[in-house]
Order: sequence, then structure tokens, then C-alpha cells
Amino acid sequence: MQAHSFEYVRPATVAQTVQILGEKGGRAKVLAGGQSLIPVLKLRLANPQVLVDISRLPGLAFIQERGGRLRIGALSRHRDFEESKLVRDKYPILADVAASLGDPQVRNLGTIGGALAHADPASDWGTALLVFETELIAKGPKGTRTIPIDGFFKDPFTTALRPSELLTEILLPKSEPGNGGAYLKLKRKTGDFATVGVAVQIGLDPKRNVTRIRLALAAAGPTPMRAVKAEQALVGKRAGPTAFAEAARIAAEEGKPEADLRGSTEYKRAMIEVFTRRALETAAGRTGR
Amino acid sequence: MAKARRTARAKTMGMARENGGHSITLTVNGQSYTRVTEPRVLLVDFLRDDLRLTGTHVGCDTSHCGACTVLLDGRAVKSCTVLAVQAEGRAVTTIEGLAQHGRLHPIQEAFKEHHGLQCGFCTPGVVLAALELLRADHAPTEERIRTAISGNICRCTGYQNIVDSVAAAGERMKSGKW
Repeated sequence: MQAHSFEYVRPATVAQTVQILGEKGGRAKVLAGGQSLIPVLKLRLANPQVLVDISRLPGLAFIQERGGRLRIGALSRHRDFEESKLVRDKYPILADVAASLGDPQVRNLGTIGGALAHADPASDWGTALLVFETELIAKGPKGTRTIPIDGFFKDPFTTALRPSELLTEILLPKSEPGNGGAYLKLKRKTGDFATVGVAVQIGLDPKRNVTRIRLALAAAGPTPMRAVKAEQALVGKRAGPTAFAEAARIAAEEGKPEADLRGSTEYKRAMIEVFTRRALETAAGRTGR
Repeated sequence: MAKARRTARAKTMGMARENGGHSITLTVNGQSYTRVTEPRVLLVDFLRDDLRLTGTHVGCDTSHCGACTVLLDGRAVKSCTVLAVQAEGRAVTTIEGLAQHGRLHPIQEAFKEHHGLQCGFCTPGVVLAALELLRADHAPTEERIRTAISGNICRCTGYQNIVDSVAAAGERMKSGKW
């Protein structure tokens, strides 16, 4: 199907972009890699008056450690994470996410910022970033704002970003010794959304006791969500099959998956349990402890 | 289907002017083209309808099947999920750009020899996806080949001969610049 007619602009700077977004309000849509937005336009689920192409804005595609943080430019493509040595060595959970997304062609164009702003309930990036104290940097007509990830996802396809704001950067705490993460996704086939997805970031002391834990689920509610009770059940416990099985059981209860063509609620809960256990095992294995 | 698509576009051409029909210049298979197009026109439709390069196929039109795969600045993309205006100033490679001076590209030769196609509908897309891989790695593992073509659906061959063809093409591409 063909999209409704729209105007197309390609501003040269972030300042110009923000100005256009401010003038157009909710009638504009930001186009980054287009791998979610263009299908949505073709289905006429969104009918913006103006498409603001930010894909060529300079200085927004980077993945680097600076000032004690991992700083990610919003225009970094999924492919960039697969190819980044820094990511593969120190943040393998981000490589897990990138490799699980779409297919090679989609990963060549799609961006992390676009995926976050799109805010699909099954968002792989959204789920994985919930297991860090992630901060999102948004630029708007009134200046720059920092949005914690925990308050970012409001509803399906709805975030804390205002229509006039542009997501420019994603900040993660720097990887520390004794910490490890993993993202595991169950999908029916390449290119499909998650039937369930589980992200884990775990910190272990030298005796393998859990010092910090964050656990999040994709496709288990209206937005990517943390499984807080499962987290609480793990703090202070010795990492291993007993603790992981118990946490996985709790996570399956906390998730609120809806039955759809990918499976019944019961099936999805069972899969949350299995994938939570496996993600905990993988993440613990990556702590080096 | 193609006719219906062209008709749908013809009906809306009036709106192109209303929305300031964009003049875009891009390079396709080494040749520069300048055309006026409506912003909502997909790259695959631009290639097929405006440039009459019909080797790039529309299979599903929903970003799933990969038949419309082309290279955009050397990277495989699904041209049903790219706007023509996004390709402005960029270099596109389609299946028509592979054979040189009447001689098939090594990937095309390998597909012919190893029976990498039956009906051929998916082949242009598979070949372009394989080309991106083989330019980076002449001797990819089977796993890498299967990952590289995981966004391309074939309903005839069952993939084994496609994988064999891609592996054989890598061998052939070791010499020369492809």
C-alpha cells in the first residue's frame, strides 16, 4: 500500500530539526532509519503532514566510553553494535539485541534512537536499556532534557518525548568488573517481533552473591517492563540454579503478556520463565565470576 | 499488481506538485539520474517505474521477503522500506549493475552453475544480499552465509543450493575487484 502524501524536509542541524518540530508540533514525524516508520506510513497507521529526515545529521552516530559512561548517539544503527569491538567486549547484551533485531537489511538502516522513540511494546532496545540506569538526552526548543529510562515508556508507541523534542543521545553506566548482561529473545522467524524477550544485567561479588540485578521483559505488557519482584527475590542470593529458577517463576507471574498470533498467555508465561532462567545463566556467566 | 501500483501513483501525481515534488539526483549502477519524485515514492517503485529497472522485484511490499534488496552505498537494504528521496546523492546498486560488458558477475555465474535458483523471483535480492557479504569476506562460514541471506525468502530451492552458490562465488571473487 502507498503512504498518504506528505512533505519531506532534511534539516542540516539538530537546532534546525528542533525548530521545525516545534513549528509543526504533532503534525511532524521524525525519520531516522525508517525501518519502523515507513511500514507504519504504508499501512496509513500514521499520517504525518511532514517527514523530518534526520538520518544525515552530523555527529549523532557513535558508541564510545567517555566521562565514566557509555555514550550512544541516537543515529547509531543496529549494525554498528554488531560490529563494535567495544560493545562485543564490554557490553555483549547490546550485541545480543542488535543481532536479534529484524534481519541484516533492517539492521543496516534501523537506528537505536528510532527504535526507542517508536516504543513498540516488544521493543528489544527498550527492554535491554531498562536493565541499566539509562538516561536519554532529548533536545527541544527550550533546551536539553535528561529523561530516565524508567519513566520513558508511557504506553504502546508513546514515550515521554514531546512532539517538539528530538532524542539525541543514550547514556549508560560504564561496564564494571563483576557485572554481566544478556538479552534473549524468542521469535518465530527472522524478522519477527519478540514472542517474549528477557533482558538481564547482574552484578556478582567474588563469592557469586548477587549484589545488583535488573531484569526486564519485552512483549509482556503495554510497554517494555521491569520485573521488579523477580529482581528483589535475587538480591543477596547466591547465583545458581535454585535462585534463578525461583526468580524466573516470579518473572513469569509479573509479566502480563496478551494472547495473540504468537501464542496464548499461558504459553508466553511459560516462555518468560524459560528465557528468564537462561538469560540469568548467560548474564552470570559473563560476569567472569 | 505492478499495473495497479502504477495506476495508484498516476492518480496521485497531482499531489506531487502540491507537496513540492522533489528533484533528486542519485547514482544507480554507476550512472547519474535526476528525476522529480513525490516524497512518498518508495525506492523500489522509483527504480522500477521511473528508471525502468525492473530487475529489482516487489515480493511482499512489507519488508519481509527481501526480493527488493539493493545496495545503498554498499549496504544491503530493502528498497520497499526506503523512500526514493532518502537515496538522494547516494549510490544504488541493482541486479542490472552486476554483469559487466556482457559478462556475468561471479555471483551470477555461481548461481547458474550451482542451481541457486528455480523460478528466479527472489534471486536479484539474494544476490545483492550475498554481494555485501562477499565484498567483506570471500570465505564466509556457512553460518555467516545463512545469516546474510536470512532476510531473503525463497520458496523454491530450500536454500541449500543458494548457500552453495554463495560459497562458490566467494572463491571466484578472491581474484579481481568486485
